[in-house]
Amino acid sequence: MSSEPHITPELVAAHGLKPDEYERILKLIGRVPSFTELGIFSAMWNEHCSYKSSRLHLRKLPTKGPHVIQGPGENAGVIDIGDGLACVFKMESHNHPSYIEPYQGAATGVGGILRDVFTMGARPVACLDLLRFGSPDHPLTRHLVSGVVAGVGGYGNSFGVPTVGGSTRFHKGYDGNILVNAMAVGIAKKDEIFYAKATGVGNPIVYLGSKTGRDGIHGATMASAAFDEDAQEKRPTVQVGDPFSEKLLLEACLELMKSGAVVAIQDMGAAGLTSSAVEMGAKGDLGIELDLDQVPCREEGMTAYEMMLSESQERMLMVLVPEKEKQAEAIFRKWGLDFAVIGKTTDNLRFVVKHHGEVKADLPIKELGDQAPLYDRLHIPPIKPPVILSCDVKPPVSNSEALLRLLGSANLASKRWVYEQYDHLILGNTVVAPGAGDAAVIRIGDGPKGLALTVDVNEVYCASDPYEGGKQAVAEAWRNLSAVGAEPLAVTDNLNFGNPEKPEVMGQFIAAIEGMAAACKALDFPIVSGNVSLYNESPTGSIPPTPSIGAVGVLADVTRTQSIAFKQAGDRILVIGSTVKGYLGSTAYLREICGREEGAPPPVDLAIEKRNGNFVRGLVHNRAVSASHDISEGGLAVALAEMVLASGIGAKIEFRPHDLPMHGFLFGEDQSRYVLTATPEKADAISAAALSKGICCLIIGTTGGDALTIAGEAAISLKELQSRFEQWLPDFMRSAHG
Amino acid sequence: MRAAVIIFPGSNREGDAARALAEANGAKPAMVWHADHELPAGTDLVVLPGGFSYGDYLRCGAIAGRSHIMDAVRAHAAKGGLVLGICNGFQILCESGLLPGVLMRNRDLKFVCRMQHLRVERNDSPFTSQYDKHQVIKVAIAHGEGNYEADAETLARLEGDGRVAFRYCDEAGTVGGAANPNGSVNDIAGIYSETRNVLGLMPHPENLIDPLVGGIDGRGLFKSLAAVA
Repeated sequence: MSSEPHITPELVAAHGLKPDEYERILKLIGRVPSFTELGIFSAMWNEHCSYKSSRLHLRKLPTKGPHVIQGPGENAGVIDIGDGLACVFKMESHNHPSYIEPYQGAATGVGGILRDVFTMGARPVACLDLLRFGSPDHPLTRHLVSGVVAGVGGYGNSFGVPTVGGSTRFHKGYDGNILVNAMAVGIAKKDEIFYAKATGVGNPIVYLGSKTGRDGIHGATMASAAFDEDAQEKRPTVQVGDPFSEKLLLEACLELMKSGAVVAIQDMGAAGLTSSAVEMGAKGDLGIELDLDQVPCREEGMTAYEMMLSESQERMLMVLVPEKEKQAEAIFRKWGLDFAVIGKTTDNLRFVVKHHGEVKADLPIKELGDQAPLYDRLHIPPIKPPVILSCDVKPPVSNSEALLRLLGSANLASKRWVYEQYDHLILGNTVVAPGAGDAAVIRIGDGPKGLALTVDVNEVYCASDPYEGGKQAVAEAWRNLSAVGAEPLAVTDNLNFGNPEKPEVMGQFIAAIEGMAAACKALDFPIVSGNVSLYNESPTGSIPPTPSIGAVGVLADVTRTQSIAFKQAGDRILVIGSTVKGYLGSTAYLREICGREEGAPPPVDLAIEKRNGNFVRGLVHNRAVSASHDISEGGLAVALAEMVLASGIGAKIEFRPHDLPMHGFLFGEDQSRYVLTATPEKADAISAAALSKGICCLIIGTTGGDALTIAGEAAISLKELQSRFEQWLPDFMRSAHG
Repeated sequence: MRAAVIIFPGSNREGDAARALAEANGAKPAMVWHADHELPAGTDLVVLPGGFSYGDYLRCGAIAGRSHIMDAVRAHAAKGGLVLGICNGFQILCESGLLPGVLMRNRDLKFVCRMQHLRVERNDSPFTSQYDKHQVIKVAIAHGEGNYEADAETLARLEGDGRVAFRYCDEAGTVGGAANPNGSVNDIAGIYSETRNVLGLMPHPENLIDPLVGGIDGRGLFKSLAAVA
């Protein structure tokens, strides 16, 4: 090990390891680590891989349920969706790389999450993406939107999986630290799931896929530190994606899995070869010995250190059944991919790395993971903000004009510019496409079963009250699935927060988790996979706490779903759920019309949430309604406008509340509400059924015409609604070119 | 009708094409791996599906257009056999010399995926007999390089010989303007070979075969082919 650099305090610090963490290493191995070993520790013990600040609190999240086959801890979560099928899904962030190099950062984020899903034996059937950009006024925002959207599309489109849903929003809190959270969903046979756990001593460890290069070295460490002004200089830590290779890798892996040759499989994601090899061994209570001379390399002269830390994309590690090695190799050669036996499993629980005949690392494999630092970070509970009701906020000059301003605001305007760059139609199973429903709905194969998919979080709610915000994000996802008639089954989360060493950030983190846990428990909605992204900081401070929720629901009969579009003139418009208070704290109205971003977010009563959602799901399932839409940001008025816009059919709203200001009724973001339409006869029956269950149900108007007319307000023509809703994003992006 | 779908590494709509063929034809097509040098005996129709053959890191379709299997496809076409190239398949047909012209990056330099109306230019081809002349159909588009271009002489010949198969239009059938999604010359969405046994088109009729998933306007093309033999 003489040729490697000498270990100094500076070198330790450069690896993101704190002095006490280095002491821990010394105690653990009883000697000074080699340079390669230091690299391995930095890869395993950074925040991204070790969850050292979050592990303690993540335990509060419910992860079990009757449908759960595999909870957190594997490459992705797995749930039982009936008929011998399983749904495999996970969401993961690629925030820091996407800020440094938007196209490749976003593209490799998609590639990484797809790999997590097909590593488990599932064929990917859908992607979703949750994007958060800085203020539209920030000089880098257009560049980032343009690159990230092209990158998400570039990878998914080429790989051949539809990107069926997502969420794109803007907030000044993300200036300098955007969020790119990608979710992938796959389908597998329930009894043909593959895991990372290695078994058997002396089994070959096989390297598959693309060659190893010098890209992405220390990517995970970079992702575990806060940005400073030199962020742009970190460009070499970003990997480059190759969706073509990944498509080949997918087909080769699935073919290989069918052949019965695979004992264990793990993709090389963050911290590359190090993390995947250690994980396979540690999970199986086995040692691993690697011979780096066998690793397929893209460039000459790569050191052990570089190979162990490279994050080159589209690579896999497998443990194979020894006698099937040749058969496996033939499959990989057919697909034109590299195949190399680079090591074996051992019985000594050591992680041994050899290169050019020298031992470059010899470490205890279990302790690399198990003995990673665990912190109970100092935390300050967030202060509860005051409630703001519509009676406390002066009404706008014109409710119609306020609605138009909301529709033309960055967060509520149409995201067509984004989703039209994603192939959302490939595979021919997209039943509810982007913009058409509260959740995406896809058919599984030739049906009749379907999946509903959504990603949600309102960072303004979370910033104001992380507990209620976390709770609301889960409830909103559950509501979106219910609105399309799906039975909500399980959740994947992506917890994006600032620097956990700041007590107020840690306080936000804990509160958000507790809020999420409360909602998951009450709604029987376990979390089966997830990702934590901390140190989302920029020179202006921590990002708003953003616990992204990705959720999956199942439809036994995918034809029993519903979109938000009105279907015909003359249908009655119903509002399910009560608008008692007209909550305006942290709402779109307060932000866009009053220029204020403050106040308690609208509270969610989880018992009411469940009751209302079950009622609406039943109506959609029984084909009692002709349109279904939840009421979320922007309130009832925005929900109605979106239904008009999706259909080209207008609406006349006659109802006026007598105990609530009109702007509270129209723009309040009171939770657990839905807008439905039905024929007049069915509407009366629905109203009676709701009454019998104690659910508030108002018939507020009728569909028809070519305008949205609200009682006492100037009618808004369809044309005007369209131009406000559709123009904001294209105009914003166009102005980039002067 | 015996159909064969060619799979190149990087093809990704081969399953969609196979599904549409099976639905219209009542029989599953043969799936042919690019490394094979021959088409299955008795093949009536060859389909080159959508995707990103060989990654398309060079000009789209450039490598696939020069692959061994394309010799067999050219021979098949020369004998009057039917060839359908969809999206990447259209790009491959242009690269292989089976169709004239080239597909450049979209006018807006962005990938575009959405529902798109087309005008069926003629219904006396083996691909369009089940449509009416000038019928407006709704299909999907999903491409980054669908901006068809050809030199003036080629274009004049295509137009003069009635070899434009489909043009981009709006719902009412008005061709061009904002309805052209990619800047394609003369709003061309698809063209025929001289003898009209080869069709290349950018849109995806294979994704419009199901009332639950967008509509059934794409069926006509596959039904037309099924009716040939």
